[in-house]
Amino acid sequence: MAVEALPSSALRRPRRGRPMRHSAASNAVVSVIAAVVIVLMLAPVAYIVIGGFRTNSQITDSPAGFPAPWVATNYLDVLTGGLFWRLVGNSLIVGLLTTLGVVVLGLMASFAIARYEYRLRGAMYALFAAGLMFPVTVAITPLYIVVKNLGLTNTLAGVILPQIAFGLPTTIIILVPFLRAIPAEIQEAAEIDGASRLGFFWRMVIPLSLPGVVTVGILAFIGSWNGYLLPLFILNNPSTFTLPLGVQQFSSQYSVDTARVLAFTSLSMLPALVFFSIFQRRIVGGLTGAVKG
Amino acid sequence: MTVREQLPAGQRSSGPGSTIGGGVTTPPPMARRRTTGSWRSRLEIAVLTGPALVVFLLFVIFPVVAAAYYGFFRWAGYGVPNQFVGLQNYVTIVQDPTFIAALGHNAVIVVLSLVLQGPIAILLALLLNRKMRGQTLIRVLIFIPYVISEVVVGTGWSLILQTTGALNSALQNMGLGALRVDWLANPDVAIWTLMGIITWKYVGFAVILFLAGLQGIPEELTEAASIDGASFWQIQRRITLPLLGPTLRIWAFLSVIGALQLFDLVYIIWGQYVASTAGTSTMATYLVVNGRNAGSYGYGNAVAVVLFLISLIVALVYQRFVLRRDTEGALTGKGR
Repeated sequence: MAVEALPSSALRRPRRGRPMRHSAASNAVVSVIAAVVIVLMLAPVAYIVIGGFRTNSQITDSPAGFPAPWVATNYLDVLTGGLFWRLVGNSLIVGLLTTLGVVVLGLMASFAIARYEYRLRGAMYALFAAGLMFPVTVAITPLYIVVKNLGLTNTLAGVILPQIAFGLPTTIIILVPFLRAIPAEIQEAAEIDGASRLGFFWRMVIPLSLPGVVTVGILAFIGSWNGYLLPLFILNNPSTFTLPLGVQQFSSQYSVDTARVLAFTSLSMLPALVFFSIFQRRIVGGLTGAVKG
Repeated sequence: MTVREQLPAGQRSSGPGSTIGGGVTTPPPMARRRTTGSWRSRLEIAVLTGPALVVFLLFVIFPVVAAAYYGFFRWAGYGVPNQFVGLQNYVTIVQDPTFIAALGHNAVIVVLSLVLQGPIAILLALLLNRKMRGQTLIRVLIFIPYVISEVVVGTGWSLILQTTGALNSALQNMGLGALRVDWLANPDVAIWTLMGIITWKYVGFAVILFLAGLQGIPEELTEAASIDGASFWQIQRRITLPLLGPTLRIWAFLSVIGALQLFDLVYIIWGQYVASTAGTSTMATYLVVNGRNAGSYGYGNAVAVVLFLISLIVALVYQRFVLRRDTEGALTGKGR
């Protein structure tokens, strides 16, 4: 059941036409409303992107104006400096390893919970599910102390490990129904053919649960990419900063250089937007299904 | 469809109280099967669940329990907490007008999030739930603010909203100079500024959620109504909205919990000092400012416990009275 449910996405066009016929006039009205909404949604984003092409004196003279002339120096400065790429690198490392950890650990635990019968199964599931009630905000102070005692402050691992832990509840909640929905016949057939349960896991479960795995992976990556509070506590050394911390530091450090801050900010949202446009179907499908953290 | 199907999962997750109780008091019915006794099977279970359990217990459960424990101490974060103060931290919290103010702001944000985003998102979803050109593009564009990180959103908006920023300048250019205000620092305005930004950032999520819910409504119903002569708005009010109920209720739940724990946007835009004078501080920003930034780790943990308890109570009450009917059928249908 959930297997069919998860991948279905709001972005996908309805399979059949809607029941009501809409007149051309009503379609026009809706188009106008949609256009207005989209302008409202995109105007701030556009302001950041376009503002990066102006100079500070242009911005001071006319804060809401367009570039005249367009200058690329802000963007070029950011792109040629090492800071931006270091932040992107750190964010990529943290995001990819978090995703990997969440998927691997989550899939293994979900498989045990979904396909084995044992005494503590229900309690284990409840334990992970309860984790959804603890956002990182609540646990942040003692979490910082745990990370400090492990000697992991100012290391990327100090962000990655807690992020994996806090990503597990959503992952397990999404994957367990997925894995449970795999028909027992397939497992029996594999057993008859001589596969062990772990062999069944490798050969059958992982390929069959791929849509769910992709969804949880994307959720974990976006959560990590945008994460702010945890890196704020764990990372104090600028060389370990992730993109959100870097953006904030840059904007306070160069607060007089508005144009450069705008260029830096718009470049830092670019990776998220590219990632989103590649995976938009899965992201939206996953978000409608999953509980957001 | 998606939302309806996924409800039980999200549902169960958000109510640990009931699930834990169920799991502990009633052992799984099929606990003794041929696999249980086999050491090999046990080893497999241990290998499969071990890593996840270790990470989860160490970085989630232990810190949460520790927060509750540290909350009884005065502690600067170094060494072992030994200055036991009992409930003193909690007394201080309750008596601190700054905290009460933050709690009030949270309440306002909870209510206004529902009141502002709900109708806007429903209207947009109803209007967009039709075949039209550029449908996919429209949905993606509406969703973009949700995907951009809070830090980027906060940095961008705080530049736009400065007194000498783009918004005031644009108002001036349009001959609306009288409307210029200090969007961020004026305590009469700031909370509305925050609500504007929150609506802008999160309404796309609600729209996408509702659109997914709308696609799960069988066409035959609306078709039959339209054959019987019902108008577009009659159909929406009498058929679509009631059937969208489960989606609306789960969205409201997520929105409330998110609003209670709001941190990033406020902290980035208003900074740690201005938020309380501008009237936008939240419990979470209070926690960070008065706990970690002030070096009072014991106190910060006590605030965290209060924040958690408030969220938990809200979640349980909401589940008990609002979400229950959605999940009953779904849970039994799932055969759990």
